[in-house]
Amino acid sequence: MNLWRRLLCTARRRSPWLFHMNSGSCNGCDIEIVAALSPRYDAEQLGVRLEGSPRHADILCVTGPVTRRAVRAVKTVYDQVLGPKAVVAIGSCPATTNVFIDSRTLDGPLDKHLPVDVFVPGCPPRPDAIIQGVAKAAEILAERGLERTADPSTRLRSGLAQDDRDAANEASAGVQP
Amino acid sequence: MTLLTALARLLIFPGLLFAVPAAWFFLWLERKSVALMQERVGPPFMQPFFDFIKLLGKSTPPRSGIAGLLMRAWPLIAVSAAAGAVGLLPVLPSFGGFEGDLILLLALLELPSVCIIAAGFSSRSIFGEIGSAREAALSVSYNIVFLLAIVSIAASQHTFRLEALAALPASPLHWLGVLAILVCLPAKLHINPFSLPNAEQEIYSGPLTEYAGPELAMWELSHGLEWVACTGLVATLIAPHIALAWGTSLLAGCIFVVLSVAVVLLLSVLAAATARLAIDSSVRFYWQCTLIFAVLAISSALFMRFRS
Repeated sequence: MNLWRRLLCTARRRSPWLFHMNSGSCNGCDIEIVAALSPRYDAEQLGVRLEGSPRHADILCVTGPVTRRAVRAVKTVYDQVLGPKAVVAIGSCPATTNVFIDSRTLDGPLDKHLPVDVFVPGCPPRPDAIIQGVAKAAEILAERGLERTADPSTRLRSGLAQDDRDAANEASAGVQP
Repeated sequence: MTLLTALARLLIFPGLLFAVPAAWFFLWLERKSVALMQERVGPPFMQPFFDFIKLLGKSTPPRSGIAGLLMRAWPLIAVSAAAGAVGLLPVLPSFGGFEGDLILLLALLELPSVCIIAAGFSSRSIFGEIGSAREAALSVSYNIVFLLAIVSIAASQHTFRLEALAALPASPLHWLGVLAILVCLPAKLHINPFSLPNAEQEIYSGPLTEYAGPELAMWELSHGLEWVACTGLVATLIAPHIALAWGTSLLAGCIFVVLSVAVVLLLSVLAAATARLAIDSSVRFYWQCTLIFAVLAISSALFMRFRS
């Protein structure tokens, strides 16, 4: 049984399937996600596959500052991804709402609504940063399989993710007026 | 064929024990060769295996009622049908078989795609239903050509027994039939340019949109087994002729595997080189362009049969 769980952890680390969710992004980060799968960066060598359906995915990649209109959709899609799952916030917008901070059309940042595991800072982040973030999320997925936590929403954010969030704050500090 | 040999064929070689690793290998080979043609590194060798294990470890959404029961049953039926089809292939020489096993093979090859259509409709998802409708339209188009090609081969050789069919000296009709089968394979395996039913940019994942976890793993496995069965069918029809030309039948198993890999590579080149066709273009391709050849093949086969 122990062997099966170790095999399962390896499989989870080596086969992260993504679902990409846009919550009001300017499409900059979306283009970079596509670039991460292109021949130059080729995320498929890590086993990454961009899936069409959230039901198939392990990792939910959210871009955008979470507009009021998108909140319900983000929550629905998060519930449609089946466990064990991880959330990667791509770009500065889902981390801090970036330049749109204090806008009345927003209900962000993302971690108000979902437990985010990895923040990838940048406006937009480079494709290699996105791939690194996805790889970290896959590691977290594998660990989570060992822990067997029942409800991911009650879990505390890991130290790694906190570091990323601080970096995101620093990165977007220069952009804000 | 006794029960024991039938079980050995179904479970060991060329059945499940051989076919499941072969299915993963073919899935990897297809992804890797497409990646190499796009100047990418591509997935690691064990990728389909890891995908399968990971999907087995995921949870599934709660399903209830008859629809839920059906949704759990379809992937299992598809996997068993595809595994049975692989088990029927006469890989080793003097392997047995029975009169009419070609018909059974065709039926088993057809079952996974019927299961996918039914699965899309029983998932009650709008994307699943669109995907199923596309799959059904495509299936009606390529199956006419596919079946006519196989019937013309069988009619020209006077047998519906796979092994006897493959061992008889080939006529030009035989090669025409093999060509027609090859033309139908991209549609049967849902790869470009006939990847309409699972066009993820348009309808998410088509019929499989609502599937997750172990059920999706079964769909992946049945897709891989379909690859093995379809390429194996082509290899079966070609391999004995090459083995005879070399004057040996010992190598038949090796030639079979090499030919299957060659067909996979050929289909990968096609998938990498083409874009997805719209449904009307796909249907028109099969009904207008290839149906003529299939009708010609079967009419000449029948003509030859009545003359002899």
